[in-house]
Amino acid sequence: MTYTALALLGVLVAVVCDVFIARTKLVTRRIFWVSYCIIFVFQLLSNGALTGFRIVRYSDAAIVGSATPVDHAPPMFGDGRLMFAPFEDILFGFSLVLFTLTMWVWLGRRGMQREPHAGPPHEIMQRILKRK
Amino acid sequence: MAKFAYLGVLAFCLLGTAWLEVLLKTRVYRRALRLACSVFPVVAIYTVWDAYAIAAGHWTFDARFVTGVTVIADVPFDEICFFIAIPICAILTLEAVRSARGWLAGDEGDQA
Repeated sequence: MTYTALALLGVLVAVVCDVFIARTKLVTRRIFWVSYCIIFVFQLLSNGALTGFRIVRYSDAAIVGSATPVDHAPPMFGDGRLMFAPFEDILFGFSLVLFTLTMWVWLGRRGMQREPHAGPPHEIMQRILKRK
Repeated sequence: MAKFAYLGVLAFCLLGTAWLEVLLKTRVYRRALRLACSVFPVVAIYTVWDAYAIAAGHWTFDARFVTGVTVIADVPFDEICFFIAIPICAILTLEAVRSARGWLAGDEGDQA
């Protein structure tokens, strides 16, 4: 199977785990999508470093776009890439994040270390958050 | 030092999220058992995926920028660290949003 096919399958499996198996239904919650958007921005940065500096290289048989060039950086945008990384990495990252958060919330629902719960923020942060 | 480039990116991610534990009181590291139990299956599943992808030639690593230590089935130690570090960052982000906004994730129990 190609990376493209596996990445799509990964998203499907993660959503099935979230909605039907763990029944955490994170994909229906605002907290998940806002968290994912923040993570996505930082994924573009850190994964952009890994792929732009060609620490990780991709085969053109595995992805929709072309292979990582031998002697120069891949395109930042276009040819199936976003911030140097194959768009398949976005799907890979989404499944990784959704599956992780499904595990975390599922364990919490089962009563594992629900406490001490998050927040409230430190006084300094409360002032910053209120100002917004 | 170049061989620590990959691990350096992960260190950037972990340092970049560590302050959330202090200033937003995410209390993720304090719930170490729940964190470990959440991350372990992720490491197991994605390492299998990684091993398959490496064997099938989907991706390769520049030997200059990774430690050169492989764990199982040609999966670099650096990749295993990725599957630990990134989930930790994801959980910290979720708990930071919960702390800042008070939105529910469905695991609040009686207090919800």
